[in-house]
Amino acid sequence: MANMKIPRTDMPQQEPEVRAKNFLEVATGYTMEMALDEASRCLNCKNMPCVGGCPVNINIPDFIKMISEENFEGAYQVISESSSLPAICGRVCPQESQCEAKCVRGIKAEPVAIGRLERFVADYHNENNTEKAVKPESNGHKVAVIGSGPSGLTCAGDLAKKGYDVTIFEALHTAGGVLVYGIPEFRLPKSIVQKEIDNLKDLGVKIETNMVIGKVLSIDELMEMGFEAVFIGSGAGLPRFMNIPGENLKGVYSANEFLTRVNLMKAYKEGSATPIMQAKRVAVVGGGNVAMDAARSALRLGAEEVTIIYRRSETELPARAEEVHHAKEEGIIFRTLTNPTEIIGNDDDAVTAVKCVEMELGEPDASGRRRPIVKENSEFEIPMDCVIMSIGTSPNPLIKQTTKGLETQKWGGIIADEDGLTSREFVYAGGDAVTGAATVILAMGAGKSAAAAIDKAIKEK
Amino acid sequence: MYKIVSKEVLNPTVTKMVIDAPLIAKKAEPGQFIILRTDEDGERIPLTIADYDRENGTVTIIFQIVGATTNKLNSLNEGDFLQDFVGPLGKPTETNGLKKVAVVGGGVGCAIAYPVAKKLYDMGVEVHSIVGFRNKDLVILEDDFKSHSSVFKLMTDDGSYGEKGLVTNALEQLIKEGNRYDEVITIGPLIMMKFVCNLTKEYDIKTTVSMNPIMIDGTGMCGGCRLTVGGETKFACVDGPDFDGHLVDFDEAMKRGQMYKDFEKHAYEESCNLLNKEAE
Repeated sequence: MANMKIPRTDMPQQEPEVRAKNFLEVATGYTMEMALDEASRCLNCKNMPCVGGCPVNINIPDFIKMISEENFEGAYQVISESSSLPAICGRVCPQESQCEAKCVRGIKAEPVAIGRLERFVADYHNENNTEKAVKPESNGHKVAVIGSGPSGLTCAGDLAKKGYDVTIFEALHTAGGVLVYGIPEFRLPKSIVQKEIDNLKDLGVKIETNMVIGKVLSIDELMEMGFEAVFIGSGAGLPRFMNIPGENLKGVYSANEFLTRVNLMKAYKEGSATPIMQAKRVAVVGGGNVAMDAARSALRLGAEEVTIIYRRSETELPARAEEVHHAKEEGIIFRTLTNPTEIIGNDDDAVTAVKCVEMELGEPDASGRRRPIVKENSEFEIPMDCVIMSIGTSPNPLIKQTTKGLETQKWGGIIADEDGLTSREFVYAGGDAVTGAATVILAMGAGKSAAAAIDKAIKEK
Repeated sequence: MYKIVSKEVLNPTVTKMVIDAPLIAKKAEPGQFIILRTDEDGERIPLTIADYDRENGTVTIIFQIVGATTNKLNSLNEGDFLQDFVGPLGKPTETNGLKKVAVVGGGVGCAIAYPVAKKLYDMGVEVHSIVGFRNKDLVILEDDFKSHSSVFKLMTDDGSYGEKGLVTNALEQLIKEGNRYDEVITIGPLIMMKFVCNLTKEYDIKTTVSMNPIMIDGTGMCGGCRLTVGGETKFACVDGPDFDGHLVDFDEAMKRGQMYKDFEKHAYEESCNLLNKEAE
């Protein structure tokens, strides 16, 4: 019988004033006692509404039951049936709008902390499991995976487990995609990503870095080289800007550039060879997870004041609730219903201020959210020396430009069906390259379905 | 890892290296660039491809020692390895349909102008090459240009070699002598390209410039290399690095290029100290 008395178990974390000055992980994870307490809150509902909220349909009540029985490895196996990256998803999934949103306990009080339990199980496995993954017997078929982010890693892992000879081609010098260049260390330690990558290598997956597909090799050339199918998981592409005056001033970054400098190029480490601006007053424009990551990274690099500027209201912030909560605890200022109209610079073209207008919410727009409208005569300036634009990306053009017959949406996303099949035979795609900027879990799900479809297509050939 | 097949000092501040990179050599075209890292903790720096040998599978880079990373790169020798070498990135220089072209190079930019001149010359295009250097000691690739140009002009700022004057003086003279160019292709310091463009605008000659802004990934992800071309934001890594010079906002590009000047100066001095210590 579920324990109805205890409230949702808090996640232990570094104190805000301490963590705002370091890049160590913010949330330190449940202890075994905490996990057992939290697991005891699960009602083990027969109709399992939480599973329907999970993009990859993890059997949530089942793994929580195993936690209660102190069978943590068993719980890990249950999650593994549906998810390839539990340690990562337990940390970065927006659970409050997925599984936990459907939790029956959430109707009257707080939902079971499914994400925290997932993380506990995955971390327990990583710490205690000493068995290395064994390379399965080869089935003699070769598959190429482009990109080593969440969709590529998942697709490669699933195919390797089935005996495929998989090679991942990564454009950057380090594998991991957005998990490495985008999400900061304090939210997702890179050692966790490395563990997943090492695991793939144990399964026999080859990873070739410094390979920009579309430039050094085309998809057609990969096919000629004997790869029977190709999965494109090339991720989100070029950063978007607002097209307002002053966006090319010194001190204006895209979130991609800022985070890449901090994470991939390790500007967060003292003595790093990577230059990064030592800004005092930083504005981050946007309200997604990437905006939160950029704002909190700027704070940790020593900024005195960091402000999120978002044009809708707080309710519409697309970031995970926990990230917004953490950011506020750390002292990030939120200026919602505010939109920049110009970035102002000095004679040397360095940023000195952001000109903004106040907004109010009107009728719902195409996205179903209330459309922000400019309030008349509401213009004002905030002094700033750095502005980070975090308003989304548009797909990378390189593969599209060099792959004949690969159809794309008007906005550049690759067109793919439910299985990830594109307009080209044996060419599959998934993740942000197809959907535009989305979540790790959705990309992982796309990698999974594509792997199943590729397996079927090759076997039926 | 990518092996340095050979290293040659072209002048006190400019070095040429031939790198073993067969896949890149197979695809490289003039105008494209590579990104390299010298070691595991190094910066990613873009360098335009100076030459390539498809048969031997090598790519040539020519670089000026300007900062910590190029200093570190220069400390490596034949037989050493580079950590990363990725390319060919960017779009190749457009050469189709050209009959008569002036190629204008300045300083180390000549290393990038040369493969363009060579390709055009080998295609049967009439190539007039104008190269400029501060002084005699800094001259590079003189013979290479000479053997791939129908007209060759070498300018130095101080007159210590060739003719005294700027590349724009020589270009204007050639235009005034009645040369009608389909296009001027210019590669060098931003300020030089800006003045070449000002001149060719007067004569209404299409001009292509090769931009070399600050860059990180070079594959269309970070947006650091953006510049304003014809009032629009463009990304040098995927939209360029070649652009219509008459549309480029050079003043903005020059200021953006200075963004990390202090950091770079400090890092360079540190790297010099380190390398000197190692040498002791």
